[in-house]
Amino acid sequence: MGECSLSKLAPGQSGRVRRIDGQGSARQRLQELGLIRGTLVRFVRAAPLGDPIEVRVRGYNLSLRRQEADAVIVEREKQG
Amino acid sequence: MSIATPTQTAAGSRIRYVALAGNPNSGKTTLFNALTGLRHRVGNYPGVTVERREGRLAGNDITVLDLPGTYSLNARSPDEEIARDALLGRHPPVPELVIVVVDASNLERNLYLVTQVMDLGLPVVLCLNMTDQAERVGLQIDIQTLERELGIPVIPTVASRGKGLDDLRMLLQGAPPSLPVRRWRLPEAMKAEVVELAHLLVEERLCAPESAFFTALALLSDATGLSVIQNHPRARAAVDRAWQRLEAADVDPQSAPVEARYEWIKGICDRATRQGEIPITWSDRVDRIATHKVWGFVLFFALMALIFQAIFTWAQAPMSWIETAQTWLGEQAGALLPQGDLRSLVVDGVIAGVGGVIVFLPQILCLFFFIGLLEDSGYMARAAFVMDRLMSKVGLHGKSFIPLLSSFACAIPGIMATRTIENRRDRMATILVAPLMSCSARLPIYTLLIAGFIPATRLWGGISLPAAVMVSLYLLGLTAALLMALLFKRTLFRGEAPLFLMELPPYKLPAMRTVLLQTWERGSHFLRRAGTIILAISILLWFAMKYPGSPSQSDAARLQQSVAGRAGRLLEPVIRPFGMDWKVGIGILGSFAAREVFVTTMAIVYNVEDGDEERQSVSVRQQMREEIDPATRKPRFTPAAAAALMVFYVLAMQCVSTMAVVRRETGSWKWPLFQWAYMFVLAWTGATAVFHLGRLLGLG
Repeated sequence: MGECSLSKLAPGQSGRVRRIDGQGSARQRLQELGLIRGTLVRFVRAAPLGDPIEVRVRGYNLSLRRQEADAVIVEREKQG
Repeated sequence: MSIATPTQTAAGSRIRYVALAGNPNSGKTTLFNALTGLRHRVGNYPGVTVERREGRLAGNDITVLDLPGTYSLNARSPDEEIARDALLGRHPPVPELVIVVVDASNLERNLYLVTQVMDLGLPVVLCLNMTDQAERVGLQIDIQTLERELGIPVIPTVASRGKGLDDLRMLLQGAPPSLPVRRWRLPEAMKAEVVELAHLLVEERLCAPESAFFTALALLSDATGLSVIQNHPRARAAVDRAWQRLEAADVDPQSAPVEARYEWIKGICDRATRQGEIPITWSDRVDRIATHKVWGFVLFFALMALIFQAIFTWAQAPMSWIETAQTWLGEQAGALLPQGDLRSLVVDGVIAGVGGVIVFLPQILCLFFFIGLLEDSGYMARAAFVMDRLMSKVGLHGKSFIPLLSSFACAIPGIMATRTIENRRDRMATILVAPLMSCSARLPIYTLLIAGFIPATRLWGGISLPAAVMVSLYLLGLTAALLMALLFKRTLFRGEAPLFLMELPPYKLPAMRTVLLQTWERGSHFLRRAGTIILAISILLWFAMKYPGSPSQSDAARLQQSVAGRAGRLLEPVIRPFGMDWKVGIGILGSFAAREVFVTTMAIVYNVEDGDEERQSVSVRQQMREEIDPATRKPRFTPAAAAALMVFYVLAMQCVSTMAVVRRETGSWKWPLFQWAYMFVLAWTGATAVFHLGRLLGLG
């Protein structure tokens, strides 16, 4: 339970987007790709060297660097 | 309100110019190829290197424009800016209809762009592509409901198999559909601001009434777009006031439109689609291997090894055909033309010069074919995903890896392959360092010098010294490339870290037609654009190596007093610090056309009788070894000097074809000249350091 950044989720774990910190193009593009308030997002896996990560959102798979994922604050979903 | 709800329709007129828009990976290019076949041409947008692809629709006079793939009209890259500007009519002609190609299996995110395009005041048709893929992931889409909810025509297609294309063609025969109506709802406070600003923009003649709402909204939601109204204080002030009022009303102008669009999309998808059980697709299974900690790298390097194998060995056969054809052509021309300068110009200048570049075409086609396969199958994104961490250590993108690797074969296809990198700074840094990777044209020089001056002894562990030197030359190039990339990213291309937001599309069987067409397009583009410059330079170099002089002189004597010979002497003081004389100077100048020409030029300098390449190389080697420095009365080419010359060739950009391609890809001579200069400084410093170090170690 509780709030954390998207990059802190464990593989297979899901969260609901609360807000996206920061500003400018990164924030806008993340939102335009579908990561807006209330969106369910699942952490699929990290790349072999730990970065970037792959998440599933709105039915497609998106990869982003941990640094970018840090700005996405999610509410952890209950497992199951 | 004419701005908020456009009402005029273009009914009655015929469609002549259609734009294809869509997200990357929506199958847009496959649809374009299927609609236009080979009836298309590739040009460039003015001032940028983004390709402008236009084609004729089969059987009539409708022109189709294939726009670069984009996720949003709030552009973040030159490609996306082109897509937006073409739709806004800034690259005339203005399309009379926009077909937005949508991946049916990824409807929500794809519809985001649709909602933006619908704001532009142009008739819009939705092409619901890859419906087979949607079925496979258990998604049912009700076309009628989708059409009704969106208010625009929807045509389901499977472009890769030609399904639904007739419906699309039929629709294009008729009059354009009526203009879309905006149905998504901005928060009232923001809507009022957008409408007010839109009126002001029209009043100030800053944009057309049809796209005023879109432009006003873009200005309010995206601060990066403000440069457009920099010189319009009234508009600028209005934006600032609107922002203050929105802040007071607790509306985030960046989030509000995105949320409003997605809210509308969500409603549509809820009514028009039904998601059955999501099967575990084979795409998921492949990904478990392709991105696995161990297998991910194994697969990646296995694929790279395969591509390399193809470039270096499979391309050999066609390369030797080209060489044979070139020799034959030279002989024919030689038999037809009388002995003398004209014959030499045609045979040694034009045919040898252009042939020396065309010979790389099989490698280039080979590489682009594989890159096309990797891209179209979806693996390319995984390769970038796997390699990104390593590449980001020197400030590059995961997608920089393949261009750099390709440059081991030849920097030209490597530099052309950087087009897959969206971010300009990453792309420029990759282009600038790519020629540092040792390409296959350097190999003859390395072979000549290693065989001539590196003793064939064994190091401890039984490794032969020549082999070790060869490997270290490759490693030197690689290290220099990575360090320079880091330096460029810290200096020239500093700035906000680029976004690494990349879709990992489901794997699919590559559409051969798309891959082959793209390979052919890039290959012929290279021939046309690079070919003309290389032809000109080959002729210039020929003249420089022959004049002033007369055909009665021996080749060696003539070369010595020619412009190139004199330039070689002028160059001597520059290259003496690493132990070279004017003869090597001529060789270095001559190798500008192509590095392997060094061996041939040195053969002329030393007046070596013509023979096949191998014999030439052996005799040049002997001559170089016997060369005595008149000042010291010792052999000029010591191991230290040879090592210095090798280091020079590792690091110097001695290749006019690469410079021509860099000019083409960056749009100006500034970058290739800068690149040549920095690499020369690097090569000179490296060679001089090695020469003096070698002398200290007693090798000189």
